[in-house]
Amino acid sequence: MTPNDRKYTKTHEWIKMDGEVAVVGITDHAQENLGDVTFVELPEVGANVDKGDECAEIESVKAASDIYAPVAGEVAEVNEALEDAPELVNESPYEKGWIFKLKSIDSSELDALLDSAGYESVVEEEEE
Amino acid sequence: MKRTALYDMHRKLGARMAPFGGFDMPIQYEGIVAEHEATRRRAALFDTCHMGEFILEGPDVVPDLEHVLTCSVGDLAIGKCRYGLMCDENGGVLDDLVLYRLGKAKYLMVVNAGTQERDFEWVCTHVSNADRFRNISAHTGKVDLQGPASPMIMEELMADSIARMTFYSFVHNHYRDTQVLVSRTGYTGEVGFEVYGEPDLVLQFWCDAMELGAVPAGLGARDTLRLEMGMPLYGHELSEDRNAGATGFQRPIARDKDFIGSPAVLDEATDTERLVGIRLSGRRSARESNRILDESGNDIGVVTSGSFAPSVGAAVALAYVRKAVSSPGTPVRVDTGRRQLDGQIAELPFYRQGTARQPLARFLERRE
Repeated sequence: MTPNDRKYTKTHEWIKMDGEVAVVGITDHAQENLGDVTFVELPEVGANVDKGDECAEIESVKAASDIYAPVAGEVAEVNEALEDAPELVNESPYEKGWIFKLKSIDSSELDALLDSAGYESVVEEEEE
Repeated sequence: MKRTALYDMHRKLGARMAPFGGFDMPIQYEGIVAEHEATRRRAALFDTCHMGEFILEGPDVVPDLEHVLTCSVGDLAIGKCRYGLMCDENGGVLDDLVLYRLGKAKYLMVVNAGTQERDFEWVCTHVSNADRFRNISAHTGKVDLQGPASPMIMEELMADSIARMTFYSFVHNHYRDTQVLVSRTGYTGEVGFEVYGEPDLVLQFWCDAMELGAVPAGLGARDTLRLEMGMPLYGHELSEDRNAGATGFQRPIARDKDFIGSPAVLDEATDTERLVGIRLSGRRSARESNRILDESGNDIGVVTSGSFAPSVGAAVALAYVRKAVSSPGTPVRVDTGRRQLDGQIAELPFYRQGTARQPLARFLERRE
């Protein structure tokens, strides 16, 4: 179920290489837990982020939660469609609901992240 | 943790459950926004078996309840319901409730789940005669059916027509040959009904109403629906720590009688705050306990509930602010701790297209 064409963090972000840039979003498990997403605070294009930085914020009907940068890089693009349609994060967490793109990343940092099986076991542990 | 008669049904429907008022209750099934929209546009079912019900009767029940409740009791007509509060001696709110007049000297009082035991004890120790007061919560089931399609569903399921029921009235009706109490009340702002009966019977009612198209809705949607209507929730807008007078309620707080807490509630010298609505300028939510600032940055109050309001398309909040700056249109800022959100004090309800008070004929026409 979890796409195996990308990497994952323990904090429920996914990151996927698309040419020179990396696309970042949240997992299906994360959107399910958040419930209906009502607002996404996008990062500034051009901002430099370090791995683990809080760089976006997602609000649902019930709560707000942070999105952390899976790797260091520069914000290359943000998903402006989320400003008017934050529900895309629920409807299509792995495709249309992407949140931002990073460039100038060190691709070796990706190797340290979880693969789909590793992420699934994190989710299973959480649910126990 | 307690379970309602509908617990197994909630699990079967895949509800996300959480503790509320001592019960394991459904928060959402399909999703809060979908359930909210279903209530506004079609019909939704809410398990409210957790709420408390008391039968209060006796020769002195009218003066006794006048003493214990903030709303007037004696002039409530048989067959009608009324919203009111119960206060302590300091004017703090012990609970909010709906009173049903069953007979000349007999009432049904419906209270919140978490406060039910304390309420009953309070009532019994503050009246002259509680011999015939009974807490029937444990064996009383209750389901709310709300939304524009609810009258059609009720007409289909109940033995007697509900077509003549007015807002805030109730009747005894029959469902599957068993007596139920049906009131035209609710907590959503939409036309709807609350059905009281034996727990197994309301479970059957839930299933039958689902067959007719009503969707199950959880406490999440119940909260966004009531918030859009500016209705208070006990534990948030109402608590022992805040004087009932600050709600600004008119009808629920009688000015022409004495009740427990009335000197404090009606004391103008301490009447400094007001419960208000705040409409935020964007989708970003204010949350409970966020501080409210005026344009110069002075602290003027605190948020008690806040959420994105699906039918308004913006974030809204309920809050207590200084009375002097509580008029609609006043610009305010909400400090979320991370940033300040712009908003203004708004007229309540936030959502103005609610169908709750409309004549039932409007929803039954297709039947003719």
